[in-house]
Amino acid sequence: MSESTKPDQFRTSVREWVEGNFPSSLSNYVPSMEDDNDGSFPDLELWRKRLAEKGWGAPTWPTEYGGAGVSHPEAKVISQEINRVGGFNPIPALAGMGVTMVGPTLMEYGTDDQKQRHLPSIASGAVRWCLGLSEPNAGSDLASLNTKAEDKGDHFILNGQKVWTSGAHISQWCGALVRTDPDKKKRDGISFVMLPMDREGVETRLIKLISGASPFCETYFNDARADKIDLLGPLNQGWSVVKRLLQHERQSQTSASSGGTKRESLQDLAKRYVETNADGSIADADLRSRLILHLMDDQAHKLTVGRITAEARGKVEVSAAASILKNSATNVSQTRSELTLELMGSQGIGWEGDDFNEQELSTVREWLWGKAISIYGGSFEVQNNIISKNILGLPETTQKG
Amino acid sequence: MAALSEEQSMIRDQAKSWASEQAPVQKFREMRDSGVEQRFATTTWAEMVEMGWTGILVPEEYGGSELGYLTFGVILEELGRQLTASPLFASALVGASAIILAGNDEQKQTLLPKIVDGSEVLTLALEEGSHHQPVKTGLRAEKSQSGFTLSGNKTFVLEGMVATTFIVAARTSGETGDSEGISLFLVAADSEGVDRSAMRTVDSRGYAKIAFNNVNVASGALLGTLDQGLSVLEATLDRARAGIGAEMMGTAAQAFDMTLDYLKTREQFGNVIGSFQALGHRAAGLFSSMELSRSCMEAALQGIDNGDDDIAELASLSKAKMGAFLHEMSNQLIQIHGGIGMTDEFDAGLYLKRARVLEAAFGNQAYHRNRYAALLGF
Repeated sequence: MSESTKPDQFRTSVREWVEGNFPSSLSNYVPSMEDDNDGSFPDLELWRKRLAEKGWGAPTWPTEYGGAGVSHPEAKVISQEINRVGGFNPIPALAGMGVTMVGPTLMEYGTDDQKQRHLPSIASGAVRWCLGLSEPNAGSDLASLNTKAEDKGDHFILNGQKVWTSGAHISQWCGALVRTDPDKKKRDGISFVMLPMDREGVETRLIKLISGASPFCETYFNDARADKIDLLGPLNQGWSVVKRLLQHERQSQTSASSGGTKRESLQDLAKRYVETNADGSIADADLRSRLILHLMDDQAHKLTVGRITAEARGKVEVSAAASILKNSATNVSQTRSELTLELMGSQGIGWEGDDFNEQELSTVREWLWGKAISIYGGSFEVQNNIISKNILGLPETTQKG
Repeated sequence: MAALSEEQSMIRDQAKSWASEQAPVQKFREMRDSGVEQRFATTTWAEMVEMGWTGILVPEEYGGSELGYLTFGVILEELGRQLTASPLFASALVGASAIILAGNDEQKQTLLPKIVDGSEVLTLALEEGSHHQPVKTGLRAEKSQSGFTLSGNKTFVLEGMVATTFIVAARTSGETGDSEGISLFLVAADSEGVDRSAMRTVDSRGYAKIAFNNVNVASGALLGTLDQGLSVLEATLDRARAGIGAEMMGTAAQAFDMTLDYLKTREQFGNVIGSFQALGHRAAGLFSSMELSRSCMEAALQGIDNGDDDIAELASLSKAKMGAFLHEMSNQLIQIHGGIGMTDEFDAGLYLKRARVLEAAFGNQAYHRNRYAALLGF
């Protein structure tokens, strides 16, 4: 795609395009993962279409699949230039699990036909994907899942229940992990199928979370049909597909230590809420020292992400250090929420109403939502199992998991 | 942020095989048991000089290779793994840094080539009390007819018994606690009135206390600007803190490897103990801390090489993080080894003892957390 080879020229051309195409009406729009492109923001649809035409929804994907075929550093330039004008790229959020997880996995395991049918609509943000993985009795022990898929020749008939399917109620497609051979050992009888959410027998119910939000659903399959042409990867080898899928998930979770770049620093927020000494230091020595520990953890995490990126340059294998990033990101993010509440004092325990400002209320909701970070995508404990077994080479534990 | 260059990787491999073959922890133990006062093996030091490690920071015009702090760190890490004792850090990192940062042409010309060839051993004489607090420097240096007269005491001076030149932090004006009024002096160890005695620290390394009894030095002994020595002292200390972080990393990483090996071989209740999830998760936690601290340590060294403007912040981050990890790792080294870890015959105790001394050197965790916050303005 790059019409120029010099990085400065590339940046200039991106800047010109962004300045000319980003609708200024969107500069105060706060995007979120739960955004539903329901037409209430006409300029959002316009911006999505413009980005999609450039292939900038998923810029590193090949052009034939709706990307722009640019390098990772070039993609970074695009995102920097969009951020520079106060803009954002709505496509990854609009595509649900499409851009971050389903797409990269399809690229690796999909047939040509599957790639051509699915990838362009993900890259343009036109189709939202959800994932049916966990079940009520298959959480950390995902391989014990029970949703049954019966072979009917050119299609499967699905029966069972999925849970924690993000955005299922507004998604058009679903990737689901199902049991295709009940007689095989539990990891060996699983397949990964893809089906449209408007099929008969697919039903979703919203789950209300402790934060008050409902980003997740329970999804029921009652004799729902999934076509065989949408089986991803070989039959009964869904476990290796999902392992890749979850690697992509972890990758997308490790950089998010918390919040956007414009967020007020925690020490500045502290100074607004708690007493300080004449020299500007926080008067409460205990609180101050815990704030220091947290900020050091935060910087150590960021430096580690940077080090791993630098070490990975030009290498195929992922460094062992990468395995620690999920838990480290979780620690930083959850501790930040807890500290923020503590700094706000009684202003940090509001649920709704005029007694609390918008920042205080959203801090409380984020704190509650953040409890999920150490549960999803492999819980804190599962991550430690992965490190001790796969990285350190310690033997299988007597406990299963 | 560091990805080692090919040259740095080669130097690491060289340092690793040299340290494990020529200066392993057994040799350190022999030195300790012999009670030798200089607290290192003469041949070990001579070989380091021979390999050019004393010149890693020194510009080529003074006989060095100027490979930088990250490269120095790569070597210190390997030495830290074996607890190898030598004046390399005190002289070729701390001493050389002070001269490079503050020295005039004559001082550089006189001292740097001798640091490189090992004929001079420099060390910083800074501490006066039990806690690191540079601004509290109180040793007096009074103007005299021909230069200055120093009187006062220094303690916890690294390689103080073998140093040939001390870099002495002294107060030339103001009161203890003032940031103005501190100056640095180069004092030959054989000057009249210098009296040194060995301190027996828990880690069996070479420390000394030095008494300066009306020691006269020429005006040319002043290193840097009169009364304005604190900033260059802090800059030197930040290099020392970042550098010692690499040694701490090596000591901790070796303790980690010993522990991991034990988890895979020691059997109890019919299983290797590493198969117990409580210990597997503890090992995972230690590994995570190790990787996070390594990033801070390498970032500080690389920041110095790049001439970044947040070196002080990174050095405090590194020293605090490395201190915390080494502290925990050295405790777990003993705990996971159980009874054997308590015996002097096994090496764990040597690592635990060294760990605490490294933690205290150039400011402990609490000192650097406080400094980090002060630098960030809270």
